[in-house]
Amino acid sequence: MSKFHLKDRQFVTYIIFILGAAVLLGKLMALQLFSGDYEYLAERNAMKKEMVYPVRGSIFDRNGELLVANQRSFDLMVTPREVKGLDTAKFCQLVDISKERFVKTMKRAQRYSRRLPSILIKDLKKAQGISLMEQMHQYPGFYLQERTAREYPIPAGANVFGYISQIPRFLMEKDPYYLPNDNIGRTGVEKSYEEVLRGTRGKKYILRDVHNRTKGSFQAGAMDVPAIPGEDLTITIDMKLQAYAEKLMINKIGSVVAIDPSTGEILSMVTSPGFDPNMLVGRDRSKNYNLLNEDPAKPLFDRALQGQYPPGSTFKLINALIGLQEGVISTNTSFKCNNGWYFSPKLKVGCHAHQSPLDLRNAIAQSCNAYFCYEYRRILEKSNDIELDYQTWYDHVRSFGLGNYLNNDLYVGKRGLVPSIKYNDARMPFRWRAPTLISLAIGQDALLATPIQMANMCAAIANRGYYYTPHILKSTSGSFEADSTFSERKYTSIDKKHFGPIIDGMQMVVENKKGTAKNARIKGIEVCGKTGTAENPHGKDHSIFIAFAPKDNPKIAIAVYVENAGWGSSYGSPIASLMIEQYLNDTISRPQLEARMINANLLEDGTD
Amino acid sequence: MGRTKGLFEHIDWVLVGLYFLLVLLGWMSIYANTYQPDNSNIFDMTQEHGKQLLWIGSSVVLILFILMMTGKMFSTYSLLIYGGAMLSLVLVLIIGKQVGGARSWFGLGSFSIQPSEFAKFATLLALGSFLSVPQLDLKKIKNQLVVGIIIGIPAFLILLQPDAGSAIVYCSLIFALHREGLPSSYLVIGFSSIVLFLLALLFPFTIVASVIVGVCVLGFLLSNKRKRKKVWYYYPLTAVVSMAYSISVDFIYSNILKTHQRNRIDIILGKIEDIKDIGWNLYQSKIAIGSGGFSGKGYLEGTQTKLNYVPEQSTDFIFCTVGEEWGFLGSLVVIGLFLALIMRLIFIAERQRSIFSRVYGYGVAGIIFIHFFINIGMAIGIVPVIGIPLPFFSYGGSSLWGFTVLLFIFIQLDSYRKDIL
Ligand SMILES: [Zn+2]
Repeated sequence: MSKFHLKDRQFVTYIIFILGAAVLLGKLMALQLFSGDYEYLAERNAMKKEMVYPVRGSIFDRNGELLVANQRSFDLMVTPREVKGLDTAKFCQLVDISKERFVKTMKRAQRYSRRLPSILIKDLKKAQGISLMEQMHQYPGFYLQERTAREYPIPAGANVFGYISQIPRFLMEKDPYYLPNDNIGRTGVEKSYEEVLRGTRGKKYILRDVHNRTKGSFQAGAMDVPAIPGEDLTITIDMKLQAYAEKLMINKIGSVVAIDPSTGEILSMVTSPGFDPNMLVGRDRSKNYNLLNEDPAKPLFDRALQGQYPPGSTFKLINALIGLQEGVISTNTSFKCNNGWYFSPKLKVGCHAHQSPLDLRNAIAQSCNAYFCYEYRRILEKSNDIELDYQTWYDHVRSFGLGNYLNNDLYVGKRGLVPSIKYNDARMPFRWRAPTLISLAIGQDALLATPIQMANMCAAIANRGYYYTPHILKSTSGSFEADSTFSERKYTSIDKKHFGPIIDGMQMVVENKKGTAKNARIKGIEVCGKTGTAENPHGKDHSIFIAFAPKDNPKIAIAVYVENAGWGSSYGSPIASLMIEQYLNDTISRPQLEARMINANLLEDGTD
Repeated sequence: MGRTKGLFEHIDWVLVGLYFLLVLLGWMSIYANTYQPDNSNIFDMTQEHGKQLLWIGSSVVLILFILMMTGKMFSTYSLLIYGGAMLSLVLVLIIGKQVGGARSWFGLGSFSIQPSEFAKFATLLALGSFLSVPQLDLKKIKNQLVVGIIIGIPAFLILLQPDAGSAIVYCSLIFALHREGLPSSYLVIGFSSIVLFLLALLFPFTIVASVIVGVCVLGFLLSNKRKRKKVWYYYPLTAVVSMAYSISVDFIYSNILKTHQRNRIDIILGKIEDIKDIGWNLYQSKIAIGSGGFSGKGYLEGTQTKLNYVPEQSTDFIFCTVGEEWGFLGSLVVIGLFLALIMRLIFIAERQRSIFSRVYGYGVAGIIFIHFFINIGMAIGIVPVIGIPLPFFSYGGSSLWGFTVLLFIFIQLDSYRKDIL
């Protein structure tokens, strides 16, 4: 081959170079121009979607007192892969955790993921968290994550507020909003107004490098969605009254519910024994929860909403109203009482000794059993059609909000029980008549009502014939508005004119020298009340008192149940009276009575 | 002979311009990788971009030094330089610093130098020196053997480090040898074996065999009648050898290669998508380049590179930054500049009067071509991950100095082309 031919070989080189560049460009075109996946992959790589947690709304009482606040707390997090050269003993001492527990939780974290952080210790208190924060940089792989926890400046009202917890799986499956580490209201207002309080989570896109370190925000936050903070709630509770009631109920089992009859707003709602709401916050939460759960006095059981008791003699008020409405008695109607009502040797209702006969007002004031037995027979025998007459009575009773859910904004409730015809047929195979059901005359038999239903019944009497659904929400800081049906009057089936004599009787209960609850009298306030005693087959009877005040333009209607306390006048009426005085006068004129109530211990064995 | 000429007289400014453009783009890419919005001092000597400025500055000094050399300096001392380079390759095996399992670096305090970068131009000088013997016939086995030794010694020494990537670079000298008369069959056999290698791995044997038979029959039919009569047996022989070759490739792949080696090949061939271990680097590199799209994310806006998803991003994977931030347009420009550089080198090599200079020029073009092809090809997944730098772009003093010396010796030789009779 000549040199001339060899010079031509330069073109082979040119062609190979050009081909090489063309191959690279071809592949680059495929990657950069014809494959959309990579942009997404790069974003997925570099962008960490981080949740922005909204601040949960605070809760205030009707007077603006802060009841439920947020406190800073910290979770100690660990990313197992990043832990290096750890002095376990020293670290455990620093964070105050036993070595066994440390090893156990570390293993669990490793099983979960080596690359992702898990919680090592939940809910460190603020002070501990802040002091640890300064030292955490010495321990690679560990860091503190701030979160908010609930805080209760006044240690009362636990049953009203309820508590929040990390969402359990069964609840998470119901609502796609929630993520595994979210908190959710489990009881009380926290539960009923969960969606208002929690706010809405936001999103934040953060650039992260290959080591998962954050490197600032993505596109200067253009894609971020801010969190919407939860709304603050103002609830109807008067915290001073609530705390006072809890104090009065110390060492007693029972419930106190107070309602503003003019609005249906719940002023206080006490279940006793209660507990400090701060017990269910922080590291000791589960320990304390178990403690409360196993307590035989059941502090987690909200007696105000779930406790079902016979209304006892307080129910005579309802029967009296029905009697007047049905025209089977007048205010002047009197009945004789021979230490009770007698039908047959087997069927009789006893009564205490008192002057006889009594008219309606005095019968209420002195709570004559015989009077209401005779009166009840007249109600059920009005037309000689027992089913018709019973149904009429039943409908009247139900119009007071008894025997059914209140359909309010409380997270839990009970229907109570007003026996229906069907119910009676089922329990009594024979043909039942008025005498068979005579215990209903005095609020016994199968009748059951919750304290809140009783307070509501009292409010309906106080209002002379209507009530507002008892509710807990007054207002919110945001756009959420309370259920509009709460501001609608629910009328009972009794005409307004019939309430006057009954209320007179109730005033006599307190103010007449023969009244059953003279200890409820407050100077300067016209208190109307009615004692009751709920028969308790398991022990001493329950003391019941319902009352409202003042007589005209009532501001408070109250129901008090004290279990195993005997007569209504023993504990029920003094406690109700002190509550009324506290609420209306903001001062107590009877310190001795107050002290006696506070100091009474009905939990100790053998006091009766 | 030795007439005095100005320092910059007869210099090819096109090459010099391309050189500085590539160095500038390279530095910008390194800066983009280390850039932090709150700390972006370009002279920060603790950062790679700051140090690279130092390498660039010292390269300019090197350039002036090279251009000051007298005309025949490099051809005269070529064997001495070659000997010295080979000695340094032996020494590095003994007293070199072990970095990442290989002994490729001399450590001088905090400063390291990689002798294999300098062995390249030394070998070119030696090769040029040998081939410049007038009327040397590269068809003779004896001469081929000498050439093989000149190239084989550095390649072998570098393989011992071990640094397969840098050793492979010596294959690029085939362009120079082919130009000087090495039979074309070497080039043909070289490329066919690469193509057959890929075919054998990608397709079942029956298909590969049919392709071989088809090509051989076609070649036989297209060849001229006279030649066909004389060497008819070439065709079946080629077919048989090719088939044996592809069977053995398949055999080696299936039975001799270890799993991780096989995986590496499979990832390149796209047979498996691996994003965890071996494939991670490539996967992230492809994401970086692919996400650049047509016009890129904008300078200093790359997320893959800035957030360290791409490994070795200022050295072996520097092209990711180009692809991510400047997109296809930027890639096109960079590849265009490289292509212009190596084509200009061939063009200038062809105008040399001395064989020495021409061989050297072809060598430089070949070496730059293979670096550029393998480096970019690796980043986009058409070449196995072989760690070799992108000339003028990649961070590192040895690499920049090596390529600067390599290129500017040629520019110096070219500036004296008229002195050679
Ligand atoms: Zn009586």
